[in-house]
Parts: sequence; C-alpha cells; structure tokens
Amino acid sequence: MILLELFVSYLKIGFFGFGGGYGMLSLIQHEVVVQHQWLTSAEFSDIVAISQITPGPIAINSATYIGYTVAGFWGSLVATFAVCMPALTLMILLTRFFLKLRNNPYVHNTIEAMKPAVIGLIISAALLLMFPATKEEANFIDAWSWILFAGCLAGSHFKVNPILMIVLSAVAGIVIYYVF
Amino acid sequence: MNILLALFWSFFKIGLFTFGGGYAMIPIIEREIIDKRGWIEKKDFLELLTLAQSAPGPIALNSSVFVGYKIRGYSGALAAILGVIIPSFVIIIIVATFFADIRTNPVVDAAFKGMRPAVVALIIAPIAGLVKGMKWWMLALAAVIAVVVWYFGFSPIYLLLASAAIGIVYTVITTRIAKNNGK
Repeated sequence: MILLELFVSYLKIGFFGFGGGYGMLSLIQHEVVVQHQWLTSAEFSDIVAISQITPGPIAINSATYIGYTVAGFWGSLVATFAVCMPALTLMILLTRFFLKLRNNPYVHNTIEAMKPAVIGLIISAALLLMFPATKEEANFIDAWSWILFAGCLAGSHFKVNPILMIVLSAVAGIVIYYVF
Repeated sequence: MNILLALFWSFFKIGLFTFGGGYAMIPIIEREIIDKRGWIEKKDFLELLTLAQSAPGPIALNSSVFVGYKIRGYSGALAAILGVIIPSFVIIIIVATFFADIRTNPVVDAAFKGMRPAVVALIIAPIAGLVKGMKWWMLALAAVIAVVVWYFGFSPIYLLLASAAIGIVYTVITTRIAKNNGK
C-alpha cells in the first residue's frame, strides 16, 4: 500500500527531522532514495533544486513533490500531512512545557549532544549526492560539475543569494551541455 | 479582521515569499509577527527561535505553530500552519504537473545538469558556520556519523537516538559526580 508507506516515511521524517531543512535532507534521502527507491540520487537533487527556487520549507516542498511523483495528488496530500503532524503536535506540547524544561540539564544536554549528529547528517546527505551507488545516478558528471560546485561554495562564502546561484548554474548548464 | 484569518494570512505570506527555507525565513517571520502585528514581543522571539530550532521539523512550520498557539490556542495553531503550507503545496503541485512533460526536453535537462552540483555546494556551505565553537570530539563525532550514514547506509534515526542517549547518560553521570562531591 503505497499511500501508507508514504505516510509512515514522512511521519518519521517529520518526527526525527532535527536541524531544520538541510538537517532533514539526510532523513528524506534515506527514506526516499535508499530505503524505498522511489527516486534516484539525481532525481533527488533535482527536487532539492526545485525546492530552492520555489518558496516554502524544503521538507514541505519535497513531501508534496515526492508524494505527487510516487502516488499522484493523494500521495502529495498524504505525505505533506504526515510531515506536518509531528511539528503540529510536538510544538503545541513544547510551547506549553519547554520553557520550563529548557534549563533542565537533561533536556539541555540532549539537545547539545544532537548537534554534532545533525552536522554529520548534513555531511552524509552531501556525500551521498557526490558519490551515489551507481554511475547513472551521478550528480557530478565531468570537470564542469566540479567547477560549478567550487564556484557555488565560493559564492556561499561571499553571501551570494542562493536562488541567484541556482539560476546562474542552470544558465551555465544550458550553455555547457546544450549550446556547446 | 478576524484573528484566525489574520494569522492565516500572515503565515500565508511567510510561506509564499520565503525561498530557501529555514534560516532564510527568520527575518521575514520577525518583520511580520513582531514589527507589523506585534503578536509576540522581541524577547519571546528568542524563545521561539530556540524552540523552533530544537524541535524536529521545519523551522517555519514550528514557528507558525508556536505563534498561532500562543495567540489563539489550537485553532490558532491550525490556521497558522495551514497558512504556511498552502503556498508551497499549490506551487509544487503545479510544478510537478508540468515538470514530468518538460523533464526530457534537452534544454531543461542541461539546466538540471548545471544545478545539481550547485545544490550539493549549497547543502555543504552552512556547515562552516554550524561547526564554529565546537569541540574537537564533537567534530570527530559528526565525521563518524557522516560516514556511518553515507557509507554503511544506517538510518539517520538510529544516530539521532544514539546522540540523544549520550546526552542523557552524560547528564546522569555528571549529576552523580556533582552529588557525591557535595556530600
């Protein structure tokens, strides 16, 4: 039952999605690319690219998009609903209790201990995109890929708008792979 | 204007005009919720950020629930979260509908070949800021987790749970030691 699988996957993503957008990428990737193989690694980066140039949180964008590609309109509705459920229920509970709990050493240390995990997960998401399981899924296809990659890293360092960088990379892609 | 409608509308705008998600949304939320509406005070905004970033889930979504719930309870939370979701949902449905048809177009294909390495760079870029002030063993832990998930295909969930457990065990041990020293 594909709708149920989508629901469970996105419920997990919503519940364990610590560290905001990029922190959640690794989880989404694990569920969607590694576990269920609903998408290839290249298709996954396409969705991240689309999420970057369209408004809204990346988790919602990817839930809607992947739900739609996997099971049409109902798939998108189920995945989006599932990814929002934990945020809705947990945040209401936390809004009521967290402020009292924040100075509790258990809560504080648990959150601190999860910070390196979130960073590790962001790195793993990037590594999976750079070195996917098969050649057909490759995001880096030639020297130009690495030049664009280095250019965008430098751009981020100098605080260039990320949307602008995605759009410029798309233009560069058209020039490199279509015009020539 | 009805407060629920106002909540919905404010978060609808936040959902519609924030690109790149997460941290990019913070200044926009700040302007809409504090400067324009005065729904929460500046000092509460810091609380909101701590909470929205510590809790699982997208920061924008968490913020909407926090503000909505503070102002109008459950129905407020629902109005705000719907506001933030609907723009992305509708836009992505439209994109997904057309993308399947144009995906094989050679120009679109070339554009995506250019965008993919850019996406990887944008994912890596924020790490430099996140690791600032971290101790060496935290960095080593991050590196181990990255390899375990990437190379060995472990579910990220296990590693998050393990990290949380480490935090709890650490607290148990340090509070024990503190108690013994107190005696």
